[in-house]
Amino acid sequence: MKKSNNIFKKIADKAYKYGFISNINTEIIDKGLNEDVIRLISSKKNEPEWLLEFRLKAYRYWLTLEMPNWAHLNIPPIDYQAISYYADPLKKKKSNENKEIDPELMKTFDKLGIPLEERLALSNTAVDAVMDSVSVKTTFKEELREKGIIFCSMSEAVQEFPDLVQQYLGSVVNYRDNFFAALNSAVFSDGSFVYIPKGVRCPMELSTYFRINAAQTGQFERTLIVADDDSYVSYLEGCTAPMRDENQLHAAIVEIVVCNNAEVKYSTVQNWYPGDAQGRGGIYNFVTKRGECRGTNSKLSWTQVETGSAITWKYPSCVLRGDNSQGEFYSVALTNNFQQADTGTKMIHLGKNCRSTIISKGISAGQSQNSYRGLVRVAKNADNARNYSQCDSLLLGSRCGAHTFPYMDIHNDSAIIEHEATTSKISEEQLFYCNQRGIDTEEAIGLIVNGYAKEVLNKLPMEFAIEAQKLLSVSLEGSVG
Amino acid sequence: MIEKMENLLEIKNLHATIEGKEILKGINLTVKPGEVHAIMGPNGSGKSTLSNVLVGHPAYTVTDGEVIYKGKNLLELSPEDRSHEGVFLSFQYPVEIAGVSMTNFMRAAINAKLKYKGEPAMSAGDFLKLMREKRALVNLDSKLANRSVNEGFSGGEKKRNEIFQMAMLEPSLSILDETDSGLDIDALRIVAEGVNKLKRPDTSTLVITHYQRLLDYIKPDIVHVLYNGRIVKTAGPELALELEERGYDWIKNENQ
Amino acid sequence: MSNEQEYIELFDSNRALIEEPCAELLNRERAKAYTAFKAMGFPSGKEELYRYTDVRPIFAENYGMNLGRLDVPINPREIFSCDVPNLHTHQEYIVNDTYFSKDGAEALPEGVILGSLNEIATKNPALLEPYYNVLAKGGDGVAMFNTTFAQDGLVLYVSKNSCVERTVQLMNVLRSNVDLLTNRRLLIVLEEGAQASMLLCDHAVEKIKSLSVQVVEVFVGRNARFDLCELEETHGENVRLSQLFVKQEAGSSFNHTTITLTNGLTRNSARVSLEGEGAEVNMYGLAITDKKQHVENNTLVDHVVGRCNSNELYKYILDEESKGVFSGKMLIRKDAQQTNSRQTNRNLCLTKCARMYAQPQLEIYADDVKCGHGSTVGQLDENALFYMQQRGIPADEAKHLLMFAFAGEVIDAIKLDALRERLHILVEKRFRGELNRCKGCSLCK
Repeated sequence: MKKSNNIFKKIADKAYKYGFISNINTEIIDKGLNEDVIRLISSKKNEPEWLLEFRLKAYRYWLTLEMPNWAHLNIPPIDYQAISYYADPLKKKKSNENKEIDPELMKTFDKLGIPLEERLALSNTAVDAVMDSVSVKTTFKEELREKGIIFCSMSEAVQEFPDLVQQYLGSVVNYRDNFFAALNSAVFSDGSFVYIPKGVRCPMELSTYFRINAAQTGQFERTLIVADDDSYVSYLEGCTAPMRDENQLHAAIVEIVVCNNAEVKYSTVQNWYPGDAQGRGGIYNFVTKRGECRGTNSKLSWTQVETGSAITWKYPSCVLRGDNSQGEFYSVALTNNFQQADTGTKMIHLGKNCRSTIISKGISAGQSQNSYRGLVRVAKNADNARNYSQCDSLLLGSRCGAHTFPYMDIHNDSAIIEHEATTSKISEEQLFYCNQRGIDTEEAIGLIVNGYAKEVLNKLPMEFAIEAQKLLSVSLEGSVG
Repeated sequence: MIEKMENLLEIKNLHATIEGKEILKGINLTVKPGEVHAIMGPNGSGKSTLSNVLVGHPAYTVTDGEVIYKGKNLLELSPEDRSHEGVFLSFQYPVEIAGVSMTNFMRAAINAKLKYKGEPAMSAGDFLKLMREKRALVNLDSKLANRSVNEGFSGGEKKRNEIFQMAMLEPSLSILDETDSGLDIDALRIVAEGVNKLKRPDTSTLVITHYQRLLDYIKPDIVHVLYNGRIVKTAGPELALELEERGYDWIKNENQ
Repeated sequence: MSNEQEYIELFDSNRALIEEPCAELLNRERAKAYTAFKAMGFPSGKEELYRYTDVRPIFAENYGMNLGRLDVPINPREIFSCDVPNLHTHQEYIVNDTYFSKDGAEALPEGVILGSLNEIATKNPALLEPYYNVLAKGGDGVAMFNTTFAQDGLVLYVSKNSCVERTVQLMNVLRSNVDLLTNRRLLIVLEEGAQASMLLCDHAVEKIKSLSVQVVEVFVGRNARFDLCELEETHGENVRLSQLFVKQEAGSSFNHTTITLTNGLTRNSARVSLEGEGAEVNMYGLAITDKKQHVENNTLVDHVVGRCNSNELYKYILDEESKGVFSGKMLIRKDAQQTNSRQTNRNLCLTKCARMYAQPQLEIYADDVKCGHGSTVGQLDENALFYMQQRGIPADEAKHLLMFAFAGEVIDAIKLDALRERLHILVEKRFRGELNRCKGCSLCK
């Protein structure tokens, strides 16, 4: 007993290697939120009238809401007037030509391991790079366009494909969905737009890299993915932010529409700045992610590795509307120091013969609080629904918390729903065994944690899986000593 | 004197599917009272499907052909009525039923059968006496009888329990589906001796097996080879020995 | 006007009438609870704990309350007798919410006090002082309501190392010709090393609309042992809101079984606090419902200290349009190392209109623990059904056997042999639709 307390006692600074600040000339609008700010954002983006109306409706609705308090989180009050809602790192030329990219900005993404020059790019991955409120660059756009695939920033999509955007925007996550969804719908600035046409298998991984750089801003991106009949796409998302003592708000929406026989895989490696060892600073990550399997035989799979953010409030969900559709949620959430996470999923069975799988692995260290919260709902007419949920928690040390809050609402007699949850710790015997074989304790914990999370990591595309493995070990650095 | 023997079981051109996939593709087989038939064949040839179809497993659909048993259309009967009529399957994987004691289970089965025949239910005393008698046949521990059906039974105990139930229900047609699988040599002998003790001149047995070794104990009159949903070869007991020696590849080759 | 307000006004205008017959101790706690109730009101359906059972509309119904303690002119022994054979218990009655004096009842072992809460609190306030409302005062608006209006109930006090061999059976009999709200209060104290068991039966004698609010406080002292079995067999017009608060000391053991066979709407809440090392709690629940029955079991096992064991098993069989709710939380506090805790919830929905809501929860702040929960909703095992049919057991019969086995796991946890056997029979009959109430009452024949 005594020994294990010592092992986990010393919590040192975590090595957050993406915490640098780039010196980029950034246009930031004044802090505060009101209808004028929304009109300003909309006009900067040269948006059509309907979109401005959409924003204003959402804003007015947001004003009537209070921040949700049902999560197992301790969220300090947020002053929404102290945030700047638009920060543009792209310099404007004198003429109304395209904006040019600051070389410093290119360097930033290089440093993050996301080169934006296509010749240097990761093989077989197209990237949309978003810094603060603006999409900086999207690679391989033309190659993809040849196949009819649209992959561009949301701002661009609004200009070039307004009908598609209008058809799908808000169709999965209504602006009335929740407090943060309403906020995002009012002020969202950029994000990615993906459309995979009928019968097309996207030949490369699509990915968006989100970076917050400017201080006292929030990031409110919006991603919309539409996979038309018989199509397939694998989409990846990564995020980092500089180390700052202030808390910054990130309130995004991801909407996915999956049509007949289509399949979408959505993977996230979330590594926002988590704050320091004393719990100062870090990103508040309040995100609404939802996909709808509209078509029959459609499939949506969420995989997430959550290691960053001071506070995470996030439930990537599947609405299984089409018959025979499938939803999956694979998650590893690691919290250290004073991080708090309340994350999980919703599987809403509406169609017949739908299946869903939930595998959640929580890892708590330091004085962090890590909660799984998930809903499985089987509607009255959703015959033959099948769900399997497995929620495991691993506690490293005796000052952290690991919690499981599943909800099962079953309204159909043909459903078979199984939920299992366990909790465990790393045993002295396991550590000693590793020590005896010459592996030090910190490395041993990294090994064991990676083994524990393997089931989920295996679902990630390969480059990401390796990255995620390293991240898990790094995030635990200093949690032993 | 001309011996007139009616067929106990007559399978004609039987086709069956599971989840839309055709497994049985025209089985023809006739079993007379008192006969022991062995059905052998490589994995996936349809042996277990045949036994499941005969007892009316709901996962299988008969798409063509007929099965006449004791002069009746067997396929029209519910699974329980087939049982009452004397068709017994010794399952390859007997299911565990938590919370239902062997005693209650067997009593329910016996009384349902008596009711079907229009006879009064058995008294508790008579029933327990019968249990004791039949248990002895297969050396089934009395402790097992007080446990839930098959729950916590070893592989051998489960198979012995199947034969014990066969003894209780006294079927006319016993189907032994891979009864030898998972048994060591001693358990195999006990099970086979049980089956032999229960054999009466007018009862028939279908032994479904991959290997010859069970046939050392339960001697077949006729051996069939099932391959790809059809019976491709029928001969005397010597065929089993030949298969033991040569394997199934030559059968496969002959039927490409 | 909110329905709290109606009850507040009712209390204000009848305070003297309510307090007049009651012990000082009850009135003292009443005053505190009244203040708290005014502040908090009834829990709203938006609160997490009341997500699936909204009590506000329940209290909004128009019920009569017997605040003036008018005698109910009946002898429950004459109109109701328990029909469980060979169940040798100390039989006690509460008619509506008044303790019915047990003339001629047999003597209890030394060191055991059993009787009317109000009477004992009047005669011997020092005895109940350290216990009455100590646990329930931390409760919600429904507990406050109960304390505000509680006038009587039952006390079982078992002093150090005493043992009540025979089970104390308390029959709650509802008898009224108007729609009635009853407000029962039970206080059970087991001192160090004491042992007792209790059976609580809810029966409705007449088919009137009724709301029974019950608060039970249980103190299980060091190495003491208490078994509590609750059985509800009322009718579709009866609402039961029960709150059980348990505090366990070191080495103590508490077994709780709740069985709901017939009712209208039931919400059973159980809050068990394990405050001494080596304490153990086992909780079992079974609900067999049809029509529009609604049964919620809401549990919290609070592991305050380490080296305690908790085990929960709740099962539901839901037929027709009934609704089942299981919400159970295991809270493992920071210092509760080496906790062993398991929670299992299994449910069978038999129709498309039956609904099950399950919410098993873990909240863990200690790392050296073994905790887990499992919850399933599903159907009877098809392979088992077919196996039984192959042996000649008709499909319906096979289903009954399997459902009976499913329920049997909870019933088998009951320590009282005669009751266990009786329940097996009752449940079997319930499945066959032959019976859904005790035959003991002479009025509803």
